[in-house]
Amino acid sequence: MIKKTPLNEAHKALGGRMVEFAGWELPVQYSGPIPEHMAVRESAGLFDVSHMGEVEIRGRQATDFVDYLTVNDVRSLDDNAAHYTMMLNENGGIVDDLLVYRISKYHLILVVNAGTTAKDFAWMKSHASGFECEVADNSPLYAQIAIQGPKAERILQNLTPTLLDRMPNFTHQVIEIDGVRCRVSRSGYTGEDGFEIYCDRSYAMQVWNLLLVEGSGDGIVPCGLAARNTLRLESKMALYGNDIDDTTSPLEAGLGWAVKLDKGDFIGRAALQAQKRDGLVRKLVGFEVLDRAPARDGYEIVAGGAVVGRVTSGSPAPFLKKNIGLAYLPTEHSAVGTSIGILVRGREVPAVVVKTPFYKRVRAFD
Amino acid sequence: MATYPEDLYYSKDHEWVRVDGETGTIGITDHAQQQLGDVVYVELPAAGTSYSAGDSFGSVESVKAVSELYLPVAGEILESNASLSDTPEIVNSDPHGAGWMVRIRIKDAGELSGLMRSIEYGAYVKEEGGE
Repeated sequence: MIKKTPLNEAHKALGGRMVEFAGWELPVQYSGPIPEHMAVRESAGLFDVSHMGEVEIRGRQATDFVDYLTVNDVRSLDDNAAHYTMMLNENGGIVDDLLVYRISKYHLILVVNAGTTAKDFAWMKSHASGFECEVADNSPLYAQIAIQGPKAERILQNLTPTLLDRMPNFTHQVIEIDGVRCRVSRSGYTGEDGFEIYCDRSYAMQVWNLLLVEGSGDGIVPCGLAARNTLRLESKMALYGNDIDDTTSPLEAGLGWAVKLDKGDFIGRAALQAQKRDGLVRKLVGFEVLDRAPARDGYEIVAGGAVVGRVTSGSPAPFLKKNIGLAYLPTEHSAVGTSIGILVRGREVPAVVVKTPFYKRVRAFD
Repeated sequence: MATYPEDLYYSKDHEWVRVDGETGTIGITDHAQQQLGDVVYVELPAAGTSYSAGDSFGSVESVKAVSELYLPVAGEILESNASLSDTPEIVNSDPHGAGWMVRIRIKDAGELSGLMRSIEYGAYVKEEGGE
């Protein structure tokens, strides 16, 4: 049975083209991936991300448990702050990537991918026995709406008395939007400034419609899964299931910045220490295709006359107006500037390993 | 709602053929371009290649997806639309005209009778839930 978010009717009324994604019926696009992508880079876009999972950890040892479960340092995470992190298996493979929201030392919210929520919850439960805490999958209670883009702050500010201009990236607080209590973080999956808004699912429609109406003068548009994918790819944010999975490690994926090997023990730590000691045999790199033909997920990559890898995410990049992609390449072919070939329907098209992220916004302050 | 010119023949794969003597001009329908969204790349064959009816002769790509192009009737490629390499977006703006894909020498004009005409194609699209 396909699941529906509380905004399902709104998507259909707005002309969203509905598809199945990770067991959910969601809009892949409304006006089209290019105008939606550009709106987020230039003004603002609104995303329904209610399919994401929310697992709440409460109890005396809640922080200790999440610290053992994930790679980032939860003990030194401030209350009302969040960070990007991963859960690993014992081999150092990624069970999922997630955001940890610390409410207090005794209460944390783990925001996980939709397609992996059930697997993640089972994984958490199976490792929680030694800790004094309770693990609850509260995904059905929450709606999540993301407002992203340079105009996001100004649109949201018009709807809340809480001052947003001094709210740093990766902090969160409970604010009222037209009287609806929401937990809002300054974060997102687009490479732009923006906010992720969590509210009780029964208020989702109210918050969604308010943001669309309030943002209309600033050019806000509803955005679908297609734009979400191209935006995150331009910013080289990993997509679980494509760029990272149970067989790839954070070090190979270039996500070592989120891993705190010195913080104390966590699941997968020994495997990562061994990898670090022995050196990496492959790395996730960004490439640019030097041809009009886009590279697509799964296309083979050749170097030195042999197939050396596959595209994990590949697409035309609407803002950069280039064909870009990500792939694991043997370390010897992974340096920036290395020439590679992509097999596009039997034809080898030239590409080059480039510096990532492909797109980085110019920050007004920080 | 899209309109489908009455002088064209239409396939179930959403390609059209305009017949001029032995020559057929092939493109994708307005319905197909709407479903596809903004076209960013079109891959077309070299002149001289021959195909049977139903063969894939190239592909058309949007940001999101790659779609195969299928030849509605058998023939030999005479010419590919060179302007699509620099301006693929004309497939969206003028699908039944300037956005044509290839011209072919039609091998067997009898195959045209297996294709749909305008009204029939319009009904077919509706049945597929497209309009």
